Amino acid sequence: MSRLKILALLPLAVALSGCNYIVLAPAGDIAAQQRDLVIISTVLMLLIVVPVMALTVLFAWRYRQSNSSARYEPDWDHSTKLELVIWSAPLLIIVCLGALTWMGTHLLDPYRTLGRIHADRAIDQSKAPLEVDVVALDWKWLFIYPDYGIATVNDLAAPVDRPINFRITASSVMNSFYIPALAGQIYAMPGMETKLHAVVNHAGTYKGFSANYSGAGFSGMHFNFQGLDDKGFDAWVAQAKSAGGSLGRTEYLQLEKPSENEPVRRWGTVDSDLYRLILNMCVETGKMCQSEMMAIDAKGGNGHEGLNNTLPLSYDKYARRGTAFGPEPSFIAGTCTPDAPQGQTTAAIKAPLDPAPLVGAGLKRPTFAPLKSSSFFLGQRPKSDS
Amino acid sequence: MSPDLLKFIFGRLGFDSLPIHEPILVGTFAVVALGGVTLLAGLTYFRLWGYLWREWFTTVDHKRIGIMYIILGIVMLLRGFADALMMRAQQAMAFGGSEGFLPAHHYDQVFTAHGVIMIFFVAMPLVTGLMNYVVPLQIGARDVSFPFLNNFSFWMTVGGAVLVMLSLFIGEFARTGWLAYPPLSNIGYSPDVGVDYYIWGLQVAGVGTTLSGINLICTIVKLRCPGMTMMRMPVFTWTSLCTNILIVASFPVLTVVLALLSLDRYVGTNFFTNDFGGSPMMYVNLIWIWGHPEVYILVLPAFGIFSEVTSTFSGKRLFGYTSMVYATVVITILSYLVWLHHFFTMGSGASVNSFFGITTMIISIPTGAKMFNWLFTMYRGRIRYELPMLWTIAFMLTFVLGGMTGVLLAVPPADFVLHNSLFLIAHFHNVIIGGVVFGAFAGINYWFPKAFGFRLDPFWGKLSFWFWVTGFYMAFMPLYVLGLMGVTRRLRVFDDPSLQIWFVIAAIGAGLVFLGILSMLMQFAVSFLKREQLKDVTGDIWNARTLEWATSSPPPDYNFAFTPVVHDNDAWWDMKKRGYQRPLTGFKPIHMPSSTGTGIILAGFATAMGFGLIWYMWWLAALSFIAMLAVGIGHTFNYHRDFDIPADDVIRTEDARTKLLAGAK
Repeated sequence: MSRLKILALLPLAVALSGCNYIVLAPAGDIAAQQRDLVIISTVLMLLIVVPVMALTVLFAWRYRQSNSSARYEPDWDHSTKLELVIWSAPLLIIVCLGALTWMGTHLLDPYRTLGRIHADRAIDQSKAPLEVDVVALDWKWLFIYPDYGIATVNDLAAPVDRPINFRITASSVMNSFYIPALAGQIYAMPGMETKLHAVVNHAGTYKGFSANYSGAGFSGMHFNFQGLDDKGFDAWVAQAKSAGGSLGRTEYLQLEKPSENEPVRRWGTVDSDLYRLILNMCVETGKMCQSEMMAIDAKGGNGHEGLNNTLPLSYDKYARRGTAFGPEPSFIAGTCTPDAPQGQTTAAIKAPLDPAPLVGAGLKRPTFAPLKSSSFFLGQRPKSDS
Repeated sequence: MSPDLLKFIFGRLGFDSLPIHEPILVGTFAVVALGGVTLLAGLTYFRLWGYLWREWFTTVDHKRIGIMYIILGIVMLLRGFADALMMRAQQAMAFGGSEGFLPAHHYDQVFTAHGVIMIFFVAMPLVTGLMNYVVPLQIGARDVSFPFLNNFSFWMTVGGAVLVMLSLFIGEFARTGWLAYPPLSNIGYSPDVGVDYYIWGLQVAGVGTTLSGINLICTIVKLRCPGMTMMRMPVFTWTSLCTNILIVASFPVLTVVLALLSLDRYVGTNFFTNDFGGSPMMYVNLIWIWGHPEVYILVLPAFGIFSEVTSTFSGKRLFGYTSMVYATVVITILSYLVWLHHFFTMGSGASVNSFFGITTMIISIPTGAKMFNWLFTMYRGRIRYELPMLWTIAFMLTFVLGGMTGVLLAVPPADFVLHNSLFLIAHFHNVIIGGVVFGAFAGINYWFPKAFGFRLDPFWGKLSFWFWVTGFYMAFMPLYVLGLMGVTRRLRVFDDPSLQIWFVIAAIGAGLVFLGILSMLMQFAVSFLKREQLKDVTGDIWNARTLEWATSSPPPDYNFAFTPVVHDNDAWWDMKKRGYQRPLTGFKPIHMPSSTGTGIILAGFATAMGFGLIWYMWWLAALSFIAMLAVGIGHTFNYHRDFDIPADDVIRTEDARTKLLAGAK
């Protein structure tokens, strides 16, 4: 009998070994714990599913019409004891599963910083976590490493056993950032930031991609994630550094235009403020950042005057936006400051060199030219596509 | 003509809107056009137009409307399934650098259309059709509460289906996925007509669905025959009541969320835009507040069908009627508390996620109780394996698997690795095909003899059954496997060649299901040809238990010559047991509602208005809207709304049945 059972399991074993069940055999501790939950919950449910299926087959066979030896009780339709069992058995399972869910969901909350790097290894406090800023673009992934000042497209790497803190956003539409070997997915949404904490335990190259449909180039929106040892990671960073080039606002606005099946690209330096600008949807100079809007609103807002603080929009990612009956498309203009005369909110405001109090006289007047929407943007701004 | 005038007349519509560069669509159009012309010519040649108009299109008889709903569902199933075959073929082919045969522009429409059509225009009409046909008969009523409204609801559903079908040949359909999440579905990223077809198709059909929900609630609450208390209603009527409560409570949410999206798209509001304080997350929440109850709207009536079938073919009272009813009500209420489980990965906190995860799991308790109730109905029964019972057994074995993977997906950390994967696709096809579709087929095979007076051919029925069941398992078990390999949905091309074999198996499975659908069509044709052989004159072919089997098959226009009086749960079984004698005298004239063409005319204008709004033909939209108002107001002056079937006619009909019954003995 037991030999028969093993024989019966054989095809299953072959099927399981022949393929790469990455969700069931991941390389990161978070994904491994999620895998454990998948398996435990399945086993818990099988406790009730298997008997139900067996009973279905048994009753269906035993009480077939041609089997006249089986008992027939046409009016038997109630049994309090049975009712108790059929409500309480699933209830018990759900109580167990519910407890498991509550704990698992809190422990594996993607926003929660890691408590360990592996089932038997605690966090190494001497190593700071690796910060990675992720931006889903149409249709490629931008990764910014703020600590190293480098950026890549469609190429992600992290040292083994070092916690990774992802901050995730998107430029235009919703995507989902997913590396099955590393950790569960989380949505990447424009103007919003989601977080993911993970760690990779085994060196290797794994697939990462967008798991939420985002338009025509969606199928090609994938990248390789490499788990590297410390040396390998340093070499990887050095490679990006040596690639040269600089990713600033201008370059980003070129990059974010829709393109499909993008090859790997690297930049040796990156505007340290770029991720914040992307998140606040104000990479275009002159556009007010969402963080500023929120700060203004938190103080009560600009009132009716705020309505006038808009400028016509000429291009919005794919085409000029605008509706059949709506107003002309516009955007909210950034605040002018002496340091940022055209709403250039990027410039860090430095303390004045001369600490003497300002009296007004002799203060240099900012250059002023009447605003035109065309002059408002960077020179490279594309013209309207429509 | 000046371009301005052309633009005024045709809006956005031009020659370049016609997909003449897509050979697949041109071929489809040729076939559809040829078939359509043949059909129209045939109808004209056999002079059937008048008959169809008088007896079917303008009818307010719930039985005919129910049948038309089911025909609509089956026709749209062919379209939706054609999309499924194309997807399976594309995914089986597009490996190793091959682009497959569908470009992104076409493929993305195909998977969107597949989802929309299968849910709104296949599952919904099948379920609504069965409820429409059966509920009034089960409660011993003459018709639904608002017969004209019923006709109007049906034609609005057809109007929505027509708009979605038009998008195949005029313009394009949405490329957004079946729920059209913004920002992708907003004007900035989907400036074409696709999403507008989606919006107006669903809005027009949604009016029909909501009104039919109100209609059936009123019918069940107000028109039950004497003696049928709530706790004596057949379980199918109970599940229909709960389903229609869900419809009335949730479809307005869909209407509003689509209205907000159309405001964004037409007048430049910012409900769901990225800028100006818009929140796409709001849309995702709202659409699932409709979307989750929707799955219970579909599956509850199926549960009702399985209850009727199990009890009838086991020759036993339903085990645990009361707990079955309470389970249904609990599911109805809980279905509103789980919507967030569709987007655990949108960044909610752990407490919110676990709340919605646990409420979702709790639903499995009443569902599990139902499963046990069916099991113990079979226990100590005498099970006859007619087609409806075969579908029921297949359902019980299939649905527990789908339920199990569903509860698994309700564990948020597990969902983080399985969300949007093919595991999820396998799960919901597992419950929708294994639950709703098998249920609809069980129902069609069960009630067909009631509707037409002859049963469906068992040979082709069994063939269809086996093709469907094996095809289903072959098509979707590989998707579970692929999901565990981390493969996600809606992908058009693949890199990893080791995955291909699974997609090929799935495609073969889809092919088997296709054979199942063909066998089902054959089953209808063969049964029609062999109708004399398969005839049933008793009106109670299955020796069944509920009131619809007390009248003749097909039932007369007035359903019951005398309103039945109910003393027990299984009213007809109880009547048979106590030696019920059919009354042969004392017939009186019967008051009935009159047919009217207003429903189809109103729905026609609504569809034209939708078309005008989609293509920016403002004159067409405005004129159709005014025409709708005019016809609607005009209808209030129509005083010929009812008539009496003379007693002589009733006597003639009933005498004919008496003769038939005597002949049968």
